[in-house]
Amino acid sequence: MVDQGSANLDTLENDQPLLVAQSLSKSFGRIAACRDVSFALYPGEVLAIVGESGSGKSTLLQMLSGQLAPSGGHVSYRMRDGVTRDLTTLGEAERRFLFRTDWGFVHQDPAQGLRMAVSAGANVGERLMAVGWNHYGRIRETASDWLTRVEIDVARIDDAPRTYSGGMRQRLQIARNLVTEPRLVFMDEPTGGLDVSVQARLLDLVRSLVAELHLAVIIVTHDLAVARLLSHRVMVMKGGRVIETGLTDQVLDDPREPYTQLLVSSILPP
Amino acid sequence: MNAPAYNFAYLDEQTKRMIRRAILKAIAIPGYQVPFASREMPMPYGWGTGGVQVTAAILGPRDVLKVIDQGSDDTTNAISIRKFFAKTAGVATTTATGEATVIQTRHRIPETALNENQLLVYQVPIPEPLRFLEPRETETRRMHALAEYGLMHVKLYEDIARFGHIATAYAYPVKVNARYVMDPSPTPKFDNPKMDNCPALQLFGAGREKRIYAIPPYTEVVSLDFEDHPFEPYRFNAPCALCGAEDSYLDEIVTDDQGGRMFVCSDTDYCEGRQAAGHHGSLSAAPYREKAGSHG
Amino acid sequence: MTAMIDVADARKTFTMHLQGGIELPVVRGVTFHVYPGECVVLSGPSGAGKSSILKMIFGNYRCDSGRIGIRHRGALVDLAAAEPRQILNIRRSTIGYVSQFLRAVPRVATIDVVAEPLIVNGMARADAQARAGELLHRLNIPERLWQLPPATFSGGEQQRVNIARGFISDLPILLLDEPTASLDAANRAVVVELVAEKKRQGVAMVAIVHDDEIRHLIADRIVDVASFAAAA
Repeated sequence: MVDQGSANLDTLENDQPLLVAQSLSKSFGRIAACRDVSFALYPGEVLAIVGESGSGKSTLLQMLSGQLAPSGGHVSYRMRDGVTRDLTTLGEAERRFLFRTDWGFVHQDPAQGLRMAVSAGANVGERLMAVGWNHYGRIRETASDWLTRVEIDVARIDDAPRTYSGGMRQRLQIARNLVTEPRLVFMDEPTGGLDVSVQARLLDLVRSLVAELHLAVIIVTHDLAVARLLSHRVMVMKGGRVIETGLTDQVLDDPREPYTQLLVSSILPP
Repeated sequence: MNAPAYNFAYLDEQTKRMIRRAILKAIAIPGYQVPFASREMPMPYGWGTGGVQVTAAILGPRDVLKVIDQGSDDTTNAISIRKFFAKTAGVATTTATGEATVIQTRHRIPETALNENQLLVYQVPIPEPLRFLEPRETETRRMHALAEYGLMHVKLYEDIARFGHIATAYAYPVKVNARYVMDPSPTPKFDNPKMDNCPALQLFGAGREKRIYAIPPYTEVVSLDFEDHPFEPYRFNAPCALCGAEDSYLDEIVTDDQGGRMFVCSDTDYCEGRQAAGHHGSLSAAPYREKAGSHG
Repeated sequence: MTAMIDVADARKTFTMHLQGGIELPVVRGVTFHVYPGECVVLSGPSGAGKSSILKMIFGNYRCDSGRIGIRHRGALVDLAAAEPRQILNIRRSTIGYVSQFLRAVPRVATIDVVAEPLIVNGMARADAQARAGELLHRLNIPERLWQLPPATFSGGEQQRVNIARGFISDLPILLLDEPTASLDAANRAVVVELVAEKKRQGVAMVAIVHDDEIRHLIADRIVDVASFAAAA
């Protein structure tokens, strides 16, 4: 009766998920930090994981990015060669290579994601050098391009990020991650430590880069406004479980679960 | 033997065996830093305790030992170590590179080409080339294990960004046997090419840091660089004031407070050998001046 | 002729967990369809659920039961049962929505806010901006404002930017939630014109309009929402 088959414009490539989580669980002793989380993420899709601290969203992010071994379940990722691999079967060298090339990770605290004593140019160029770029001029040119894209004055290319403002540091961290054109970027409260005005600029930048580069993003945030602005889909977590998931505006405008209703009703009106 | 109170070459046999095992492992994995149980030596750290332990472990009664410090046989440090082994091992010592079978060095490689029967022992203060950019030892070890050396180029990048060229002049990082990145100890980068495909076995000992590493004979040693900023050995653009050599590494000697200075070979044995063979520097009598004629 | 929108027996109830779990029935038995080139106006007193129905058709509100059939790329898709990805696809290429309020990213220029739906569907930026300019012109937004973000504009200006953004693309379905609410007579007339043009292009529209005169001018059929009122 209802035909859902032919109604898809996306290419075959986009029809395969990039990352699949299956019944992911993590316990620390008797504490279950994360319970039975499953979802599929497609290329170009932005998924927000929301919930308050202690809800398990950071644990989940660590498992998804292969930094923490799950107690149960699997994460599989479709590599650049098209082969889908279970993250636990990747060797450390492969995992770290993935992290330097096809993945990005934007930390809340830029000091964790940057080399604070090394110039901005080298911070951006490091990933390129790590994958074998060996031409100073080209590395510098690419770094300059990226600084421009994240709205950092190229004249600051030789300055160390410790001389940068918080917003600039965060933009630099994004450039450092995107320079190898990853397909998936993890973000952990990327606007967490920033002033509201700086946040708006960063979100706007991230939003346009995500669309331009067709990035898939998994973003952990407790800020529903960030989720609304950036994400297509949202997962609400509480007590280690995903309690509600769906299209972002649907979950935020028509929340079904008591906890989601509480979260939504707690935001000040814009 | 003149010092019955000491075991041969100071260290006890168990310790020497432990160090030899570390050396064998280091030779088997060129450029890899092998941990070893570094002992207290009767000299302060920084005086070459790592090199001394390696020398003690490999020295035999018939070896002929040469010790240099910045190329010189006659500094306090070189003389002390030479005397130390003369006393504790009773070995013959020499200042002639060609006669030595074991050469312990701080900061230089002799100008005279080494041969297969020789062994070069380096004193190393900081063995980890990645340390200044990545202070976590756990992380640098992992980076070595996985051959993740992008960070090494970050250091060279910073040099060029700041100075317009690779300004690192000593402890210039090399890649050994196309695998491990290694700090060649604070030798001037002028000496880096001598490490490549060298007939002599090269051993590196870091006493305070408790690490030994090695370059086996005839091993490829490549100095890291960029395509558009290739590695260049640096040398003062002057002949030696004493022997006229134009191919040796030079020390700059300030001769007065008027800007007067002269350049002489850092390798004293090489310089003396040339002078004995009749070579003389054109400036040997008159020190080189920054601006000739300004003091007329 | 096949319907573009085919709503059958849709039902919506809000459960207010924060108010002790009271059930707030909104609509039930919602059944109507919309053909290409026709504008169906939802009527009924305020609170009858007109906006909720519109949001259900857009996939913004969930549907408890029933079907929201949408003709998307030649096939009928039940939006009430579709995956988020599919809903996003449908919004990109089938359903446009003109809400009462403009929700725009703070720093984006007005011209880009309006042009975005075209760019997302692959039109070159310059062409998209040219079309955005034309529409802004018709809606009397002076050119000197085009490079500014709309957040600083008056309510009426924002609403016109919103209308331009909603009408710019060539989507086969358009949902209009009080498009003329804060407009003066001249701009209301522009909107009526725009609706008429969309009809000629075969676009199926569902609208909520309070102004009797405008309703009279754009409505081909009126669906009385009061008949779907959920018994409390």
